[in-house]
Amino acid sequence: MIETKDILETITMIQEENLDIRTVTMGISLLDCIDSDIDKACQKVYDKITTKAERLVSECEDIEKKYGIPIINKRISVTPIALLLGACEKKEPVKFALTLEKAAQKVGVNFIGGYSALVQKGFTEADKILIESIPEALAVTDHICSSVNIGSTKAGINMDAVKMMGQVVKESAELTKDRNCIGAAKLVVFCNAPEDNPFMAGAFHGVGEADCVINVGVSGPGVVRAALAKSKGLDITGVAELIKRTAFKITRMGQLVAKEASSRLNVPFGIVDLSLAPTPAVGDSVAYILEEIGLECCGCAGTTAALAMLNDAVKKGGVMASSKVGGLSGAFIPVTEDAGMIHAAECGSLTIEKLEAMTAVCSVGLDMINIPGDTTPEVISAIIADEAAIGMINTKTTAVRVIPAIGKKEGDSLSFGGLLGEGPVMRVNKGSPAVFINRGGQIPAPIQSLKN
Amino acid sequence: MKIVISVIGKDCVGILAGVSNKCAEYGINIIDVSQSVLQDMFCMIMICDISAMNVNFSEFADIMSVYGQEKGLSIHAMHEDIFNSMHKI
Repeated sequence: MIETKDILETITMIQEENLDIRTVTMGISLLDCIDSDIDKACQKVYDKITTKAERLVSECEDIEKKYGIPIINKRISVTPIALLLGACEKKEPVKFALTLEKAAQKVGVNFIGGYSALVQKGFTEADKILIESIPEALAVTDHICSSVNIGSTKAGINMDAVKMMGQVVKESAELTKDRNCIGAAKLVVFCNAPEDNPFMAGAFHGVGEADCVINVGVSGPGVVRAALAKSKGLDITGVAELIKRTAFKITRMGQLVAKEASSRLNVPFGIVDLSLAPTPAVGDSVAYILEEIGLECCGCAGTTAALAMLNDAVKKGGVMASSKVGGLSGAFIPVTEDAGMIHAAECGSLTIEKLEAMTAVCSVGLDMINIPGDTTPEVISAIIADEAAIGMINTKTTAVRVIPAIGKKEGDSLSFGGLLGEGPVMRVNKGSPAVFINRGGQIPAPIQSLKN
Repeated sequence: MKIVISVIGKDCVGILAGVSNKCAEYGINIIDVSQSVLQDMFCMIMICDISAMNVNFSEFADIMSVYGQEKGLSIHAMHEDIFNSMHKI
C-alpha cells in the first residue's frame, strides 16, 4: 500500500520543487544512411529520423499525463555527421545541417545533436571541413547542436583542433551576434565525450551504440535543496546521506519514464543520466544547494569541497535506482542556466578560475559562461586546453561552452531566454597564450592511459 | 491498473461528493480514500481502479485538472507506478 506521506512528497516535489524529467533523447544511428551522393544521403537521413522519431513527442506527452510529471525536452541525437560526410564526394556539410533542421521541425523536437566530429587523435578531411562549417551551420538553423571532441585520456589532446575550436567558437558568436550570440551556446568542445549523453549541446549517438535507443536525463536541484532545508543541523555525513536518498528518488522517476518510453516506442532503453540539471527558475539551482549546505555565496572557499560531496552523493544514490547508467552523470554547473550561479557571478563571488576548479570534481565543465566579446580566439583555445587537460588527467568528461558576447564587455549582461537563461559577461584573464596555442601538435596521451 | 487521485485545497461542502461523481461518470472504481483537514486545508488521497474506465487516462487527468481549477482545488490524477517506483526498492 502506498502511504499518504509518500504520495504528498512526490506531488510536492513535482508541483513546488521543480522536479521534472529534463530530457528524453532518442539516439539514432545514421551509419546506414551513408552515401557518396550527398543529396541521397540527406534524403536517407531525413527519412530515417522522421520515421524513427515520428511518435517520440506524442508518446512523451502521453507519459507526462500518465505519471503527472513534466518532460521538459524531447530531443534527438545522431551519429557524428563528420562520419557521413567522409563518404560524400561533394563535401557540403551544411546540407546535412539543413536536413537535420527540417527533420527536427517535422517531428517537433526541441533540439537535435550530432553535428559533430571526434578528432581527439587527428583529423580526417571530412572532420576539418565539418568543423570549419560549424559557425555557418549554427547560424542558419535553430534546432541543431554541435560538439567536437578534441581530447581523451586514451589519446591526449589534439592541439591543432584546440586552436581551430577557439576560432570556431568566436565565429559562431560573431555570425549570430544579432541573436545574442546564440550560435556559441549551441556548441560544446569536449574531452572524453560520452557516446550516450542525452543532454545538449553535447549529445551525439556514438558508433558503438545500437541502431536506436532511448536515453533519459533527470533533473531536481530544487528537490535536493528543499530536502536539505527541511533537515537543519545535520553533519556533512548526514547531508551526503540525505542527498543520496533524494537522488535515488529522482533517478527512479527517470528509470520509470525511460522504461515506459522505450516500451511505447519499441526502442531499447539506453541509459539514465544521473544528473542534477538546474534551470533558471528560482529554486531550481545547484548553487543554492551549495549555499544551503552552508556557503555564504557560491564561489567562496569551500565550494569545491561541497560540490565534490554533492556530485558523489548524487551518483551513489542514482546508481542504485537505475539498471543502466551513463551519459554525463553528476551535478551540472552551467552559469546562465542557474539562478544561484548567475547571482554569484554578478556579485563577483564566482569567477572563471573557481569554476575551473569546480569542474575537476563535478559532471562536466565550463558551461554557459559569457565572456567579453573582444576575447581573442587564442584565449578561448587556451581555456579549452586547460579544461581538456583536467579531463584527460582525471579520466573524466570535461567540456567548454563559452559564449563570446560580441560588442559587450565585462559586467554587461547577455540573455538567451528559455532554459539557456541569461547571465553577466565574466572576466577573463587577458594574458596571451598565442605562442602556446599556435605551436599546434598533440599533447601526448598521459601515463593514465597505459592501463593494459 | 490503479491510479492515485490527490485533492488539495480549501475545505468546503461537497468536495468528496464532486470527485466521487466524476469517478463514477467515467467508470472508475474507488478502492480506498483517506482524507484529513489541517486547519482549513482539505487533503484527500483516493486509490482507484481504472480497468473499466470509459475514457483514456490522459483525457481523464485533464478533466480532473480542469474540474479542480473550477472548484479552486488542486487535483492530480497519476498512475500509481510513479509512487511505487519512487518510494519502494
